[in-house]
Amino acid sequence: MHILAFLLRRSVQAVIVMFVISLIGFSIQDNLGDPLRELVGQSVSEQERDLMREEMGLNDPFFVQYFRFLGNAVQGDLGTSYFFKRPALEVIMDKFPATFELVLGAVFIFLSLSIPAGIYCAIHRDSWITRFIMSASIVGISVPVFLTAIGMVWLFGVELGWLPAFGRGDTLELPWGWETGLLTWEGLSHLILPSVTLSSIMLPLFIRLIRAEMMETMSTDYVRFAKAKGLSTSRVRYVHAFRNTLLPVVTVGGLMIGTLIAYTILTETVFQWPGMGFLFLEAVNRVDTPLIIAYIIVVGLIFVVVNTLVDFLYTLINPMVKLPGAKS
Amino acid sequence: MITLRTLATATAVVLGVGTAAPAQTLNFAYDADPVSLDPHEQLSGGTLQLSHMVFDPLVRWNKDLGFDPRLAESWERIDETTMRFHLRDGVTFHSGNEMTAEDVVWTIERLQSSPDFKGVFSSWTSAEVVDEDTVEIKTDGANPLVLHTATYVFPMDKAFYEEGGAEIAKHGNSFASRNVSGTGPFTVEDREQGVKVVFERNPDYWDASSPGNVQTAVLTPIKEAPTRVAALLSGDVDFIAPVPPTDLQRIDNDPETKLVTMTGTRIITLQMNQERHEALANPMVRQAIAHAINNEGIVQKIMKGFGTVAAQQSPEGYVGHNPDLEPRYDVARAQELMTEAGYADGFEATMMCPNNRYVNDFKICEAAAAMLAKIGVDIDLTTMPKAQYWPKFDERAADIMMIGWHSDTEDSANFNEFLTMTPDADTGRGQYNSGNYSNAEVDALTIASLTETDPEKRAEMLQRVEAILYEEAAFIPFHWQDLAWGARDGVMIEDVVNVMNFPYLGDLVIKQ
Repeated sequence: MHILAFLLRRSVQAVIVMFVISLIGFSIQDNLGDPLRELVGQSVSEQERDLMREEMGLNDPFFVQYFRFLGNAVQGDLGTSYFFKRPALEVIMDKFPATFELVLGAVFIFLSLSIPAGIYCAIHRDSWITRFIMSASIVGISVPVFLTAIGMVWLFGVELGWLPAFGRGDTLELPWGWETGLLTWEGLSHLILPSVTLSSIMLPLFIRLIRAEMMETMSTDYVRFAKAKGLSTSRVRYVHAFRNTLLPVVTVGGLMIGTLIAYTILTETVFQWPGMGFLFLEAVNRVDTPLIIAYIIVVGLIFVVVNTLVDFLYTLINPMVKLPGAKS
Repeated sequence: MITLRTLATATAVVLGVGTAAPAQTLNFAYDADPVSLDPHEQLSGGTLQLSHMVFDPLVRWNKDLGFDPRLAESWERIDETTMRFHLRDGVTFHSGNEMTAEDVVWTIERLQSSPDFKGVFSSWTSAEVVDEDTVEIKTDGANPLVLHTATYVFPMDKAFYEEGGAEIAKHGNSFASRNVSGTGPFTVEDREQGVKVVFERNPDYWDASSPGNVQTAVLTPIKEAPTRVAALLSGDVDFIAPVPPTDLQRIDNDPETKLVTMTGTRIITLQMNQERHEALANPMVRQAIAHAINNEGIVQKIMKGFGTVAAQQSPEGYVGHNPDLEPRYDVARAQELMTEAGYADGFEATMMCPNNRYVNDFKICEAAAAMLAKIGVDIDLTTMPKAQYWPKFDERAADIMMIGWHSDTEDSANFNEFLTMTPDADTGRGQYNSGNYSNAEVDALTIASLTETDPEKRAEMLQRVEAILYEEAAFIPFHWQDLAWGARDGVMIEDVVNVMNFPYLGDLVIKQ
């Protein structure tokens, strides 16, 4: 029952979060610019534009527009994109696989590098490799992501010519309609540069985090006790100590999903990656308000879902932790 | 995709399409893809670029700003207000339907109902079928610009669109925005909006004399300029536009690629609002500002030479271009004029500029503000993305505002109609005159030029207008933005590009 109560609570929270986001999104839309300007050419007269604005219901009072939106939203219709002329949600869902695979690639890269590197640096504190990794991670944190991106394009795309400089390549369509680039060499080769770029934001941070946590855990009493008990060094390190190291890492990781989503916007733009982030930036440029609002609502939902998953992971890693809101 | 391409190339080789040169695939990247397949939905560069691939106009511009016959084989003026176009015989649409005068008239009527295009066609009162191959256009007065306007008539397949749905939808879905049947050199094989458009050569293209050998053309929009350039340099694409000024040298120097540039026709200006700011209503102050702005320096330093210094609206080659007008940067003279006008100590003014609309737009404004500081004009500059800028421009929200303009008709009068004539909400004239500049003679001469069919008299009128605007410093001209295309060696892009920036890709030759 605990889990059910927890899930129910979370669902209610998700609805509230999305409601608040939609309200904020709606109230700032006037500051995003005039969508009509992007829909018509330069020589169309103001009267003509005003006529169309009236037709589209953009002249209605704020709350009339908002309640019309809410009414449609509860039926699953988040509006129709001005540019794509298709339901905004459908457009976003079309782009979701591209972003998901990019994030997946980035997560794979930074997890498979940061965990071994972090542990290594915690155990061999004074080795020259540790010093190198630590100083490199400082540089990594300080370089802005678009610079990393452009640097990678120039080096691997233009100068060396090893990897494609933009786009996703040709994709395969899986039976349930998911367009994947993970199953062909062409798709993977397109994925490498953007996902390395995206992981470059997380990687240095996670190495430092894991190292610091690991060092702290290694000096706690229970680890010393485990050693005294005669457990093998590797068991103490990788089972007992590492497990506790993971708790803060998961917390920070969950929070960082937001940052990761923000950076997909930059990464996707530089690499012309046909995902949600690029779509969003384009929508802002074109003042495609329905698409902008639908995007932030979807991202809000992703946040809630990810944080729920993080809470679940907690209980798996540390049975002492209870699901928030689930009274025992 | 690879198999499809190979198959297409193989078919083309077997059929021996058109020319001796072997069929080729062209991968090209623009900064955006067309918003719709409907050529009447939005009047923009993207739409016209698409139109020239999938459709053909009645007549089209050539390199000397003259007209080449396309679907209209010839034309004749019947009287002052009547023009007859004789259509080419044996042209078919992609659907297989034959193109006739019916289609042309239907297209013109559709254009006149499109919010974006009706302005261009406002002087055309009727279009009628004379016989199967002849269309007669009537205008509301003597009209010197019938051919200019005819470059916008890309005959559409009446039967095809009437069956599917001919509605022009600005917002919302329509048949015409997703389906297309024209007469052009290419058909649209596949389109994923914002990702790519795949064109295939039309095997039944009427223009057998076209040297073009592109069998498949793939357009990929690449928004970010550095990525677009990288795609060209790494060989992922064969041809890109636009090229950012910072990378011109690089593309030019690379032995595998080449740069093609051309003087453009888009004028970049500042308008000074005479109603908002008392000082700016004084012609002497405006002249002082014109003297204080070093537009040559801006072209050299900020545009890296990628622009042509301007002292008027009309670029060279336009009838209204007045060769006597010269840039007039002279700070000492500017200071004198300020003193004479009674503003020896200067004044404060606000300025607004977009930061993603024109090449280096906000940098130009920053430089201009710094130059004006030298004559005591203290500028409070705000820059913003175009999405926010245009509503501000409509509000006339600052004393000095930036605007760039390209004449849709490639004719000088268009600049005046939108930028310098007295604003009038009823006629729509002066819609982009944020300075509220008003001069009866400019208005009268411009109106007269719209019905003057004698080219010499017309040139005289429009050049006179430029002289008045210069004399009164109606606006501050910076430069005409140059155009640039980057291409892989062997892609003969220089033969098909033009000042309007719609490359005739149907005629493009790729050498092996």
